[in-house]
Amino acid sequence: MGDYTVLIISSILINNIVLAQYLGICPFIGTSKKMETATGMAGAVVFVMTLAAIITWTIDTYFLKTLDIEFLRTIAFILVIASLVQFVEMFLKKSIPALYAGLGIFLPLITTNCAVMGVCLINIKEEYNFLQALTSSISYAIGFGLALVLFAGVRERVILGRVPRPLQDTSIGLVTAGMLALAFIGFRGLV
Amino acid sequence: MAKTIGQEFVKGLWEEIPPFRLVLGLCPTLAVTKSVENGIGMGVATTFVLVCANMLVSILSGVIPSRIRIACFIIIIATFVTVVELIMQAYAYQLFLNLGIFIPLIVVNCIVLGRSEAFASKNKLVPSLADGLGIGIGFTLSLTVISAVRESLGTGKLMGAQVFPTSFEPFAFMVEAPGAFICLGLLLCIMNLIGKK
Repeated sequence: MGDYTVLIISSILINNIVLAQYLGICPFIGTSKKMETATGMAGAVVFVMTLAAIITWTIDTYFLKTLDIEFLRTIAFILVIASLVQFVEMFLKKSIPALYAGLGIFLPLITTNCAVMGVCLINIKEEYNFLQALTSSISYAIGFGLALVLFAGVRERVILGRVPRPLQDTSIGLVTAGMLALAFIGFRGLV
Repeated sequence: MAKTIGQEFVKGLWEEIPPFRLVLGLCPTLAVTKSVENGIGMGVATTFVLVCANMLVSILSGVIPSRIRIACFIIIIATFVTVVELIMQAYAYQLFLNLGIFIPLIVVNCIVLGRSEAFASKNKLVPSLADGLGIGIGFTLSLTVISAVRESLGTGKLMGAQVFPTSFEPFAFMVEAPGAFICLGLLLCIMNLIGKK
């Protein structure tokens, strides 16, 4: 049990997917200008990342490894993620329209969110078993959401300030993200 | 207004240089620029994928149905990424280990998909080749600059050679995650300043 607690804490805070592992930066910068879009994106990512990690782990363990065709991993994973996103989109549209209205426009963007693919690959690289893979992908997803929402909160305040012209927009965004990453380094002492 | 092949090539080097002018593909930019060697390796790998994918997409653009084009582009890109991965594993094993999961992640690098969608699918073979090569070399140059700044400030060395006197205390901060964000942010600011002239 203790191992899982360590895994959860380290995936959410210490090895935060955005601020320490540099994955999913594009949506992190792109959707963090408003709190509303940030929470929408965070929700969509938690949902898709968990599903994608479970499916890719199963495919890798029972299909690619047994047939000895691991070199097809990249192609297989991206296909799984792309079709999963499409499927989730259709499913939500039909059965949970309220949720679809909330997450709708963020879903297609997730296909090219490297955090999703990244987590799937990390699970394989670290040779996690099924339960560990599940725990780590949920935790990484929560970490992504946490970082995104915190960052959106900071960015909403930054817009109100007087930023020098050349620094505006993405530039100040990156510097702000740097500060946030610096704060997250403080969690290293936890485990 | 149609541009000449030369112009298509040159625009990737300054006018639309990623990731500064086109803010795309930030993840590999931040992650692998701890050292110049990794930066150049990543740049070359991405350039290869970009050029090959652009060429194949432009050849096949008449055949691919437009409704499922994104999926087709992704499969084309993934194929070339697998090629790069296997080549690196065979001939540049140390680099392969250093770059780690960021090699398969070239698949989801938005620059590659972006060029396929925005340029190669609408243009002929030769301009697409020039575009891919230009953007790829531009990306490699940016990665080299960012990694040179980070490596020299973060360790005091550049490709193994001491650039600062040994009395210089390296900012270990620069090779860590926060340094990457702040360094890129400030370089972007400098680019904006130059572009304003």
